[in-house]
Amino acid sequence: MDWIDILLKVVYCVLVVVVTMTIAGYSVMAERKIASWIQGRIGPNRARIPGIADIPVLGTALVKLGIFQLPADGLKFLFKEEPVPAHVKKVYYTIAPCLALVPALVVLVVLPFGVYYIDGQAHPLVLADLDIGILFILAISSLGVYGVVLGAWAGNNKYSFFGGVRSSAQMISYELALGMSILPVFMWANGPTGGLGDLTLFNVVTSQTALWNVIWMPIPAFVYLTALFAETNRLPFDMPETETELVGGFHTEYGGFKFGLYFTGEYAHMVIGSAVFTILFFGGWQFLPTFGFLPEWVANPWASWGWIGSVVSVIFFIVKLYALMVFFIWIRWTLPRFRYDQVMTIGWKYLLPMALACIVFYAIVIGAWDTFMNVQDTPAIINQSAP
Amino acid sequence: MPTQIKELSVGDAVRRASDYQDDLQGETMSLNMGPSHPATHGVLRLRLELDGDYILSCDPVIGYLHRGDEKIAENMTYNQFVPYTDRLDYLAPLANNVCYAMAVEKLAGLKMPPRCETIRLICCELARLSSHLLGVGVYGMDCGAMTVFLYTYTQREKLYTLFEELTGARFTTSYTRIGGLARDIPAGWLGRVNDFLNQLGPAIDEVDNLLTRNKIFLDRTKDIAPISKEDAVSFGFTGPNLRASGVDVDLRRDCPYLGYENYDFEVPIGSVGDCYDRYLVRLEEMRQSLSIVRQAIDKMPDGPWYAEEAKKIFKPAKDKVLTSMEELIQNFMIVTEGPQIPAGEVYFEAENPKGVLGFFVHSKGGGVPYRLRIRGASFCSLSILPKLLPGMMMSDIPVVLGSFDFVMGECDR
Repeated sequence: MDWIDILLKVVYCVLVVVVTMTIAGYSVMAERKIASWIQGRIGPNRARIPGIADIPVLGTALVKLGIFQLPADGLKFLFKEEPVPAHVKKVYYTIAPCLALVPALVVLVVLPFGVYYIDGQAHPLVLADLDIGILFILAISSLGVYGVVLGAWAGNNKYSFFGGVRSSAQMISYELALGMSILPVFMWANGPTGGLGDLTLFNVVTSQTALWNVIWMPIPAFVYLTALFAETNRLPFDMPETETELVGGFHTEYGGFKFGLYFTGEYAHMVIGSAVFTILFFGGWQFLPTFGFLPEWVANPWASWGWIGSVVSVIFFIVKLYALMVFFIWIRWTLPRFRYDQVMTIGWKYLLPMALACIVFYAIVIGAWDTFMNVQDTPAIINQSAP
Repeated sequence: MPTQIKELSVGDAVRRASDYQDDLQGETMSLNMGPSHPATHGVLRLRLELDGDYILSCDPVIGYLHRGDEKIAENMTYNQFVPYTDRLDYLAPLANNVCYAMAVEKLAGLKMPPRCETIRLICCELARLSSHLLGVGVYGMDCGAMTVFLYTYTQREKLYTLFEELTGARFTTSYTRIGGLARDIPAGWLGRVNDFLNQLGPAIDEVDNLLTRNKIFLDRTKDIAPISKEDAVSFGFTGPNLRASGVDVDLRRDCPYLGYENYDFEVPIGSVGDCYDRYLVRLEEMRQSLSIVRQAIDKMPDGPWYAEEAKKIFKPAKDKVLTSMEELIQNFMIVTEGPQIPAGEVYFEAENPKGVLGFFVHSKGGGVPYRLRIRGASFCSLSILPKLLPGMMMSDIPVVLGSFDFVMGECDR
């Protein structure tokens, strides 16, 4: 590999991390702003950089929208005093927030977020087009629980201990339902339409050209989304930090930038979870499903636009992702919280059986489709060489 | 020793508690919840013994907010104690003011003119609205529904603006005096109260829609901490907590004061006595209070807003003090020595938002009580916790505490 290729990869990496962190950061802002709209408040509308309010209309609008709250909060996390309680285990206390954030960022490597065309051939915009894409995502993102548990134990506080125990049980339980619920998608992607026998996410997106998975696999989509709420510790499943009973849950003893890392990690998890959901069930960056009778260009109207088309596809992907984030936020500020044992009941008694039943059902359907519809023209659309 | 595997059913809290007492596996954990903890709404401290997430025993520790109000009352004149009653149930200060004033007036044998009574009644019901709005909102927040809290809090802010206009203070109102009120209602105030009530109804419906049939909320509250009729009575429950357990007692209806007998309202009763019933009772009481205030506004009588015949108790009007010798002396005596209350003992209790607030006043004549005893509802509500909580989960604590809607200021006094 040429050194320029390596350099390019590094630049891509930095770019992807920066963009994801910005999206995660601005989802915090979106959270605060949308929460305030739901609750009939105004929300953050004061933070500004000097001189910005002098710009006639745009400046004041941005200030009122709270755009500058994010840098202000970030700087606050960086510069505020960071008291380390005397009773914590210092090494683990320091490592834990990093462990919470890093898996979320590592997952980005295999996440395709757009498409580009060379000679009519579609290529994914992705850092590493791994064959085991989704397996990698599941494996790495499940490491996120270590950050939470380690932080909870290092905190050496009974409340954070409770939060840690609960979150480990919860996140591990819901991982099962999460993993099971996406199997039908891959059975479909590798069955009649895909047929390449791998787990790349790009493959999944191209298999949805005719019909987005959410339309004919609503129950797996629902199970995945519910499990995603639990995995990202969002209300109504925010057992690790039920603030009314456990004060702050696993991060009770954390402050300053370490808390900020946890905070960002949670939102990064949400962004990535939403991205995976968009890819698996909402057709990724595709514009509309063709439903089998619409012309092919409906799915990718920008296919012939060159690099502009790639940018448009990325934008469309982010739009879908953000729609899902808004849904996350909307749920959080509307619903009450489950009790811990109810969360476990839902995970084991409802979601997991539902996911298993879906596997059986869709296996039969897809098997029958493969057998009787006799699909001949399997499109080999994936160029295995990485971009 | 072979490991024993125990079948647990989550709903069967009482049985599980007794089972666990006998043969425990592993260690228990003692947890100190409070006095500064988000679930305890103030400075209640719970000493918990936990087995995993299940509570084995609970020992409420109170007294962190003890100020010695009863002793303070012995060292000041009757009117000087009015601001201290604000700080009992500080979420409904107007109702406390009225209750205290009526206790002392009962001892003095004073009869208030109808306008004063009606104003006081409006105060009581607005205080009930304010307290229940916060109670329901905080209860929602304890279950995780943050938005409900902000919806009700918005309404409470509007109510506080009305209080401010009426009394000059948003929070600690100190509105009543022995033998009357601090001042008459301002011009146009009733109209603004009516405007407030008109938009409060839909706001209550909104909370109703968000919580009452919400599956998660039902899971969290239904059949959680049911309190039987017998328990509720024997632990001295009063107010909404008692009525949620199915005991049909409401002092406003059963021994009316302030002319409550002239108003048309219903008393909501719960059937099971669980957390959900306590929420429903509060929600319905808000609607009833709303209708009571509307009726009171409609029939607001004219006339004096203080007891004119109470020469040695209620201060004369300012212009008379400045112009007439008799009134000047009277004013001087009341300010220096306090309202002259005859010797005797009296107990008066009123249906306050949190339950029955009672004042026992023992006077030996003069302007200072010999002994003043306060009976608060929150103290009784909390006394059931050692019996109620064992066998429940730790996550139920915020819900149970929220459903009691207690105030430590009234409990600790």
